[in-house]
Amino acid sequence: MIPAAFAYRRPASIEEALGMLAAEPGAKVLAGGQSLLPLLKLRLAAVDTLVDIGRLPGLRGVRELGDGRLAVGALTTYSDLLESPAKHYGVLRDALPHIGDVQVRNRGTIGGAIAHSDPASDLPACLLALDAELVIRSAAGERTTGVDGFFEGAFTTGLQPGELLTEIRLPGPRDDAGSAYVALQQSASGYALVGVAAVVFSGPRNGIAGAAIALTGVGEHAYRARAVEAALAGSDGSPASIAAAAAHATDGIEVASDIHADRAYRTAMAEVYTRRAIEAALARLR
Amino acid sequence: MTIDTTADPLGAAIKRVEDPRFITGNGNYLDDIKLPSMTYMSILRSPYAHANIRSIDTAAAASMPGVVAVIVGADIPYNPLPMAWPAGGVSGIQNNVNTPRALATDGVKWTGEGVAAVIAETPEQALDATEAIVVDWEPLPAVVDAEKATQPGAPQLHENAPNNVVFEWQVGDKAGTDAAFESAEVIVRQRIVNQRLIPNPMEVRGDIGWYNPGMDEYTVWMSSQTPHIQRLLLTAFVTGIPEHKVRCISPDVGGAFGTKIFCYADMALVMFASKLIGGRPVKWVETRSENYQSTTHGRDHITYLEAAANRNGEVQGLRVKTYANLGGRLSTIGPGVPTTLYGRVLAGPYKIPNVHCEVTGVYTNTVFVDAYRGAGRPEATYVVERAMDLVADELGIDPADVRRRNFLPNDAFPYDNPSGLGTAAGGAKIYIDSGNYEPALDKALGMIGYDGIEAAKAEARRHGKFLGVGLSTYIEVCGVAPSKWIGAVGEGWGAAMWESANIKMHLTGKTVVTVGTQPQGQGHETTYAQIVAHELGIPMDDIVVQHSDTQGTPFGYGTYGSRTSSVGSTAAIKAAGKIREKARKMAAHMLEAAVDDIEIDGANYSVKGSPDRVKTIQEIAFAIDLGFDPPEGMEPYLDETAYHDTPNCTWPFGTHIALVEIDEETGHVELKRYVAVDDVGKKINPMIVDGQLHGGIAQGVGQALWEGAIYDDQGQLLTGSMLDYTLPRASFFPNLELDETVTPSPVNPIGVKGVGEAGAIASTAAVANAVIDALSPLGIRHLDMPYTPQTVWRAIQGAKGGQA
Repeated sequence: MIPAAFAYRRPASIEEALGMLAAEPGAKVLAGGQSLLPLLKLRLAAVDTLVDIGRLPGLRGVRELGDGRLAVGALTTYSDLLESPAKHYGVLRDALPHIGDVQVRNRGTIGGAIAHSDPASDLPACLLALDAELVIRSAAGERTTGVDGFFEGAFTTGLQPGELLTEIRLPGPRDDAGSAYVALQQSASGYALVGVAAVVFSGPRNGIAGAAIALTGVGEHAYRARAVEAALAGSDGSPASIAAAAAHATDGIEVASDIHADRAYRTAMAEVYTRRAIEAALARLR
Repeated sequence: MTIDTTADPLGAAIKRVEDPRFITGNGNYLDDIKLPSMTYMSILRSPYAHANIRSIDTAAAASMPGVVAVIVGADIPYNPLPMAWPAGGVSGIQNNVNTPRALATDGVKWTGEGVAAVIAETPEQALDATEAIVVDWEPLPAVVDAEKATQPGAPQLHENAPNNVVFEWQVGDKAGTDAAFESAEVIVRQRIVNQRLIPNPMEVRGDIGWYNPGMDEYTVWMSSQTPHIQRLLLTAFVTGIPEHKVRCISPDVGGAFGTKIFCYADMALVMFASKLIGGRPVKWVETRSENYQSTTHGRDHITYLEAAANRNGEVQGLRVKTYANLGGRLSTIGPGVPTTLYGRVLAGPYKIPNVHCEVTGVYTNTVFVDAYRGAGRPEATYVVERAMDLVADELGIDPADVRRRNFLPNDAFPYDNPSGLGTAAGGAKIYIDSGNYEPALDKALGMIGYDGIEAAKAEARRHGKFLGVGLSTYIEVCGVAPSKWIGAVGEGWGAAMWESANIKMHLTGKTVVTVGTQPQGQGHETTYAQIVAHELGIPMDDIVVQHSDTQGTPFGYGTYGSRTSSVGSTAAIKAAGKIREKARKMAAHMLEAAVDDIEIDGANYSVKGSPDRVKTIQEIAFAIDLGFDPPEGMEPYLDETAYHDTPNCTWPFGTHIALVEIDEETGHVELKRYVAVDDVGKKINPMIVDGQLHGGIAQGVGQALWEGAIYDDQGQLLTGSMLDYTLPRASFFPNLELDETVTPSPVNPIGVKGVGEAGAIASTAAVANAVIDALSPLGIRHLDMPYTPQTVWRAIQGAKGGQA
């Protein structure tokens, strides 16, 4: 558990951090360290330079924007988020208490989890289903992007060299929305073999007007299950219609396979947990 | 003066005296030890499961910063590690022995075998330099499955072991058993796998070697259950260094579960390295990943089970063929576990008249397998308890009734079972000396509400769940072992298994107890103090219990096999008896009375009929230790040693019942309730007994539901870290419901039986039987562990005829 040698930098400001990242394209950003440090200590990864942004001012905490949206600083920890107004989102209230353990939740950051893009991490699916927006800065300036499309592969995102994820914006509350997150955890790691985040919008006569469904643990990265959403939109919200929609959970996805869950099992569980997530979201709505 | 003796600590639930130091971070574990001029060792381990070594280039590593020395196998003149317990006790048995060397010299046989070592100024420098060693490998085909390894065409690991066979051992009456099957009314057959486990003590292993050039002596600190045995093995068998020139010390040991019984290559390596570099101490501590790759694993049996019964459910014969995976080379007592500790106890608590067991020990390209909590007995219990359920299922008889009809009756004891328990060639017999099985079964059935289970099952089905209940009515062999018997069943070095204790009562009355056993978290400093306080009538606070150092303690065989409370405690009781007798003589002298007239009540020694003529043990100790006025012929000092060889093992038993619920859609198994009624005899400290049961049950349930070491076909360990190998967690469990029956063991003065392994021996089978019971409505009669959601889901799909 001894990492290979690396250079360590601790900038005092975001600007200084961005300058370091621009100057050293091979540098890796260290936030809470709950994923990166174990990889380094097991020598599964090696870096030349770590830029430790963990104590940068202004990146931690949740504030409400004027339009009702929430802005979550990238260095906000899981524990912080659970104590913030974000706990009113059903998906987050379901997911956050089961991420890692107490130590991980106290140290691990939201921004770190998103930028790491672990294919079995819970939060990417939650943010996808919430249609979150990401604020990204570099020495050249700031840009915002939707989270959908940000995850490009296992441990690969749309972050460009020199860029730093600084904020995650969540949509404002809606009376017609209910959400839930359910997961089948891998018993050793606690990561999701299948995790499903569902946001459901109510339609006429107890039906479903629309939905945002995202899965993690199943494919190369977390993804929106568009075929499920399409089947749900305008449906009557009956058990049969939900089951029929859930059958599309892995449409177009190369389903992962490992010793804990092979392709057939994961595919079957993606369907079961998609159905359960939708039912749980709908129960909150009703 | 007199001392109040009404507060007897024996049998009291006293908090452990060790715990304040452990839970405040003041323990002294191996990695806490820092010595002047200490160096650090890192071992280069094979990335291949089976390979020849064409060459090793250490030049780059040797020139790296901080490197003191680089060692390869050819540098080390030591013998291979010893084989201390080959398969034995039957005539004509042959063991094809291959054990590891300090570093491999003839190629590697598993992923993780050590091939070179770096000694450096810091652990970081040692690790960096290890990565700079260049090995020219010639990879060879590998085999990891014990049954496949014996088949024609399998890769061959050792020239002296054709078809990778270590031994072919059998026990029991083959002809009688075959006859029982020929006349049987019902026969059940099942292939069952007892999967490989990684023991996972909280503290990993490590050693420090220090060669003192001035004295030409070695000190070896080791995280070990057996420092005395290791000194013997490392000197007489491995290094050739005289035994009196080596001192072994086990500091606080943070768990072991069997893995720290054995002699490991790294122990010899740190001794060699320290001398090589002129006497600077060399520390090596394994990482958790190394622990998974190169410290012993447990279990790993493939078994063909057959049981013959009559229509009443009485089992007439048990026929068992087992392939025991022993790894790429043999660990210290690897072959003894699946033979003596397995085959000879296969009949369990049952009156099965005919048992025959064949075991083939097999080399594979995996790390060695050796004793792991229960060691052979969990494997045996799993076989016979599955057999009972298979018979029950075949005949449509309730599993509880099948067990009842097969239990040994209370007048059967002493009982010598038909699987060779007492028939080792030329050896002393051991026999089941006591038992009373039905009360424990009845109590457990009552606790779980057995009569209401069928209604609960029907209710669960209405919610897409399968409910199942599983029984395990076990016995175990603890308190190992009579020396003559253990010698006869195959202890290769001819070793015994007695125990030792010394008691010194100093001038102030403060008392030091030194013992040959070696705790790893069992609370011996508390339980020995309770015993000695009881025996001598002195306060526990006046007693300190010391262990773990070959220089300061009498020779002992260490702690494993649930032996300390029975064998070790009896040695302490005997030593206390010698103390009392010497004190009685001194009291008689001081009180001017005849020795036979001295009455002992706790700490008070008085003259019969004159209770006011009294001396306390402290006053007597002061007089003896000063030695101014001894009676004729008495030597000064109250200092007595006793050695105890047990006349028999002990035989704990009980009934465990698991209640599980399975989610039909996902295959997820939830342990809903767990009931355990254990008879471990009298208890020295009930709180410690409960703790041992909790931990043992958790480990056994862990095997049934989550744990399993998986090697791929190339011999790579896929479950190489805690990210992929599931350990049981508190949150996975309901509250464990414990109760007891008490049948004292006749083999020791307290009547204690030992409890370190009971939970692990019983619980795996209870949960397995519960899961199969839950799935039985689908026609499923067996499923191999662990019952992960994927495994159970696939079985459900297969049973329903769906695609899987």
